[in-house]
Amino acid sequence: MHMADALLSPAVGATMWAAAAVAVGHCSRRIRSEDDERRVPLMGVLGAFLFAAQMINFAIPGTGSSGHLGGGLLLAILLGPHAALLVMASVLIVQALFFADGGLLALGCNIVNLGFFPAFVGYPLYRRLAGSAPGAARSGIAVVVAALLSLQLGALAVVLETVASGISALPFGTFVLFMLPIHLAIGVVEGVVTAAVVSFVRAARPGMLPSVAPSGGPVTGVALAFLAAALALGGVGAWGASKDPDGLEWSIARITGATGPDAPQTAVHAALGRFQQQAALLPDYGFRRPDGAAAPTPEGQGAPGDGASGDRLGTSVAGVVGGAITLLLALLVGLVLRRQARRA
Amino acid sequence: MSAPAVLAGLLDFRRLDLLAAEDSALHRLDARAKLVVALAFVVCVTSFGRYAVAPLLPYFVFPIAVAAAARLPAARLSRQVALLLPFALLIALPNPLFDREVLLRVGGVGIAGGWISLVSILLRALLAAAAALTLVAVTGFPAICGALERLGMPRQLAVQLLFLYRYLAVLGEEALRMTTARELRGGGRPLSLRLYATLVGRLLLRTWDRAGRIHLAMCARGFVGDFRSGERSRFGRREIIYVAGWCGLFLLLRTQDPTHRLGAALLRLFQ
Repeated sequence: MHMADALLSPAVGATMWAAAAVAVGHCSRRIRSEDDERRVPLMGVLGAFLFAAQMINFAIPGTGSSGHLGGGLLLAILLGPHAALLVMASVLIVQALFFADGGLLALGCNIVNLGFFPAFVGYPLYRRLAGSAPGAARSGIAVVVAALLSLQLGALAVVLETVASGISALPFGTFVLFMLPIHLAIGVVEGVVTAAVVSFVRAARPGMLPSVAPSGGPVTGVALAFLAAALALGGVGAWGASKDPDGLEWSIARITGATGPDAPQTAVHAALGRFQQQAALLPDYGFRRPDGAAAPTPEGQGAPGDGASGDRLGTSVAGVVGGAITLLLALLVGLVLRRQARRA
Repeated sequence: MSAPAVLAGLLDFRRLDLLAAEDSALHRLDARAKLVVALAFVVCVTSFGRYAVAPLLPYFVFPIAVAAAARLPAARLSRQVALLLPFALLIALPNPLFDREVLLRVGGVGIAGGWISLVSILLRALLAAAAALTLVAVTGFPAICGALERLGMPRQLAVQLLFLYRYLAVLGEEALRMTTARELRGGGRPLSLRLYATLVGRLLLRTWDRAGRIHLAMCARGFVGDFRSGERSRFGRREIIYVAGWCGLFLLLRTQDPTHRLGAALLRLFQ
């Protein structure tokens, strides 16, 4: 359920980076103030444990497919929510870097989807449902319910992030109707596995799991930051309905001043549009105008759209030819650099 | 996942890690410069509209040039990147289903927007993966952690990342031993859920005990809650040139649409 760079726009990615940074900062301060240095190696090794556990797959009964542990909720039960979020963030960073799972820009999304929801929504729910000294059955049910809710929220967040980015063509309704039921099933499996591991540990070593229930209190700061991010994302989502992410990002950049160096300038756009109309393309290769309202071009051919449509640039034949050439040039640069590196 | 698959995952990790131990001018650059450039790269690539295909192609120059200048094994890295294509295809496939508006006509055949955006998503996935893998291969994980911390990441997370990195291989091998042992005794049956919980529970208990031993050993060596790295590299002139050069190129490619200009010029030549 990793969110991927390929479906993400910079505006959404940056928003979620900010939300994840707030959450990570809050949890780090909290861990530092608790000053339990015994926990430092424990957190580190548990992160590695989660990696190892995810490498082992199990058979999902009755389906013939296999699954593996997500682990956010398990970590929260073992370590408490703050440490769990940091461990989850570290696992996601390693996955993004070494296995290109998710990606650099999607890191914020993934920390929120897979770290924040289990630790700060699922875990408090588990504590409330399980009470202070739960029996095996009650604890198991509490774990399953909490895992279900965490995964539903995570899946919903993936849908929102994808739709707000506007790269995928999936409509919101279809995507939700697809993702939520699937993650209902995944959530049940995750919950059952987590409950089984927790009950195994409880039976094998009763003192290991923390029995205190300090669930209330200073999660509000994180919750508020998250709410702000959700609102920002909702704002982006409203714009995302337009098929012109360029303009979308530009307007976001104007509002927040916080996006990267990618914001296209209108002057450049206009100049390129003029340039494009002057450089008449091959006959018969061109775009249908998106709204059909535009007048025919002087030559009477299907010419590339004007500056108003943001998509015409890349997909013309000239673009494809030029793209192939630049790709060859890139390879050539690589060859030359390699030769120089050998000589050095 | 079977034991060979666990092993393959571990090997991928180790191999990428070993590349960072090589030496080149790129390896010697301050990690912050390489991190910033990789982030700028991903932001530029993802900032294109849904139907951008050709404008994305010039961006391949970045991973190719880095791999060449740092003498990375291009074939192996390309294979690792290409292995992600099936997943990218999976998330891109809805586009042709839902976006059927014909955007491009080649001869008499109309090509729906969905197919164009599918190709765009595949290219984005390749570029993003290549950026991440080359970043690790020329920088190394500990240096990336150091750079992240010097760029403002909380120390707690940096320490956590270094611990995770240190014990990833250790616990991965432990998981490998467990899966191998079970496969030898299990006769090829898939792992049932109950057995999985026992297996992972065992692994968890061992991990927990190991953490206790590690803590004792570290206390004996004077551990006070964080790591001290030795020398700190400097963000000097080379780094400024590296960052400014690449970011400038990314911006140029983003705003000037060189592919279209080049292609149009060439087509006119042949008309």
